[in-house]
Amino acid sequence: MTTHLNETTSFDADPLGWFGGAADGFGGRFMPEALIKALDELDVAWAEAKQDPAFVAEFDAILRDYANLPSPLYHAQRLSERTGIRILLKREDLNHTGAHKIRNVLGQALLTRRMGKTRVIAETGAGQHGVASATAAAYFGLDCTVYMGKVDTERQALNVARMRLLGAEVIAVDSGSATLKDAINEALRDWVASVDQTAYLFGTAAGPHPFPSLVRDLTRGIGDEARAQCLEQYGVLPHAIAACVGGGSNAIGLFTAFLEDPSVRIYGFEAGGDGVDTGRHAATIFAGDQGVLHGARTFVLQDEDGQTIESHSISAGLDYPGVGPQHAWLAKSGRATYEPVTDVEAMDAMALLARTEGIIPAIESSHALAGALRIAPQLREEYGADATLLINLSGRGDKDMGTAMEWFKLGDPDEETGDVTAEAAQDREAGK
Amino acid sequence: MSTSTAFATAKAENRAALVGYLPAGFPDVDGSIEAIKAMVAAGCDVIEIGLPYSDPVMDGPTIQAAAQQALDQGVRTRDVLRTVEAVAATGVPTVVMTYWNPVEKYGVERFARDLASAGGAGLITPDITPDYGQDWIAAADAHELDKIFLVAPSSTDERIAMTTAACRGFVYATAVMGVTGARTTTSDLAGPLVARAKKATDLPIGVGLGVSNGDQAAELARYADGVIVGSAFVRAILDHPGDRTAALGALTALTEDLAGGVRRGA
Repeated sequence: MTTHLNETTSFDADPLGWFGGAADGFGGRFMPEALIKALDELDVAWAEAKQDPAFVAEFDAILRDYANLPSPLYHAQRLSERTGIRILLKREDLNHTGAHKIRNVLGQALLTRRMGKTRVIAETGAGQHGVASATAAAYFGLDCTVYMGKVDTERQALNVARMRLLGAEVIAVDSGSATLKDAINEALRDWVASVDQTAYLFGTAAGPHPFPSLVRDLTRGIGDEARAQCLEQYGVLPHAIAACVGGGSNAIGLFTAFLEDPSVRIYGFEAGGDGVDTGRHAATIFAGDQGVLHGARTFVLQDEDGQTIESHSISAGLDYPGVGPQHAWLAKSGRATYEPVTDVEAMDAMALLARTEGIIPAIESSHALAGALRIAPQLREEYGADATLLINLSGRGDKDMGTAMEWFKLGDPDEETGDVTAEAAQDREAGK
Repeated sequence: MSTSTAFATAKAENRAALVGYLPAGFPDVDGSIEAIKAMVAAGCDVIEIGLPYSDPVMDGPTIQAAAQQALDQGVRTRDVLRTVEAVAATGVPTVVMTYWNPVEKYGVERFARDLASAGGAGLITPDITPDYGQDWIAAADAHELDKIFLVAPSSTDERIAMTTAACRGFVYATAVMGVTGARTTTSDLAGPLVARAKKATDLPIGVGLGVSNGDQAAELARYADGVIVGSAFVRAILDHPGDRTAALGALTALTEDLAGGVRRGA
């Protein structure tokens, strides 16, 4: 495996961080002057590091020996039978720490060490990026502080415990909506005061330039591996690829290797929460509008005065009112399609994968699965049984068992324990 | 009226200018107008009106709390402009300090036009730098508004030159590396930063670093053209919840102390 850190596409940002140009595009750097020097230094350091064979070799070795990469591309047989097309799952759930996030943090922590800084900070929603950051900090012997919305620390208590066991300090953020966006605010406040010795391990492909490009470069291994595996194992490119999109790191990580393959349709599935028409969702691209949040021009959930609106999703990892600017550009340019998936659809997909394949996916990844199953009939119609659909299974569901227990009433001894999906419940009610 | 007028007046009196900040809509819209007018009457030379924003990444707990209170009560961008109009009518140069997204959402050109018609002097923009602020620069130039960008201790000399060249009115020097908030000690980063900025520009340099009393203001006024005070004013109101008379009394006393300070220092 060689990481394609230094490859470019025609959908990359310009040197100022604009995807699609400064006038009509997305990204840029809307940041306090106090942080510009640090962002410039990061930009230069990354440009040098990704061209340094020693850095690339060390990154590859850590991914292989420590993070269990490359992750397998798995042919989901029973799911394929059910849909009548070939379903391939990129098994990022098998990575060390349980999600694709480990790629990004190991890369950024390696860069931190190269830059001579001794402390890292991170924000986290579901806690996956926080756990990954704490892990990378332990691996490299760096001090680590993780900011997490108070609401999220409660719904993801197990991940808080994991971070603390790994030696990180976890700070529960009580301001604003006490979720991911407020954790980012607090991490930025920390960074302004500590920037000389501290690196901000940004958890998704969003934020000010160069983070969207840096995080994309570090996660693009997902797609680089999957593309090569698909060609090697099946001799074809997939007809379509799918990933869930919150901030968008696993999605951009999958998409990048396929951007220049015009035959490959690209789908991002956002958190539709209770349904986009209820207003309680996190479908930023599908239902938001253009604005500036956390340093980038992108799609944002905002009111008519530009105040950020709280997002809603059963998945803490997708519960973010912004999205990475490259996704905004891929949507606007038409290269990728973004659609919402509701809480109900995602939870049904979680149960379906558990029962058909013996894999319990993260609720985030369940959104990708649910959306992909929605497009499967169309692919079947167009390409028949040869249709190949590649889904990024970005993380595993262990962390979500509390939510799943509540949703599916798994802890109740009197509850029906057959098919737990909403569809089955409706059928039961209808007496079918 | 450009803020540079107030700095020129202060300079002619051989002192620094006192720049006071309060968010609009805090404790409520009319209350903030009344409070700011009290600050003007007691000696503020320039007023900064904060536009409350949901994600104020450069602000510490004090200003966050005030902005959140204003938002919880439903303050709108148009209320901010109404506040500007009422304060500017006193004759004091009045600028808006705002994070960028509310301006972009309102429409940059429309915001500049409405701010100018309200009598506002310009904008302080803590989360855009001139290299990403072309829309605002064009709109401000069209309406002859002050463009107040920030310089920081971490700014390179090249960036200080670029930033000060894009400013009109004054230059805002953030002399601590950190968020807003009152501090008991003054920063040793302020002096060198002001000196570097003065090498790059003839514009007045206003310094913000958590000043909360007259003695700190006096110390800063020895080398700065303007002393910027925010969190301490907000604190004066937060400390007297529900008691408007006491809050106004505290604001007046604080302003007088600070106004005395900027006159002692120079």
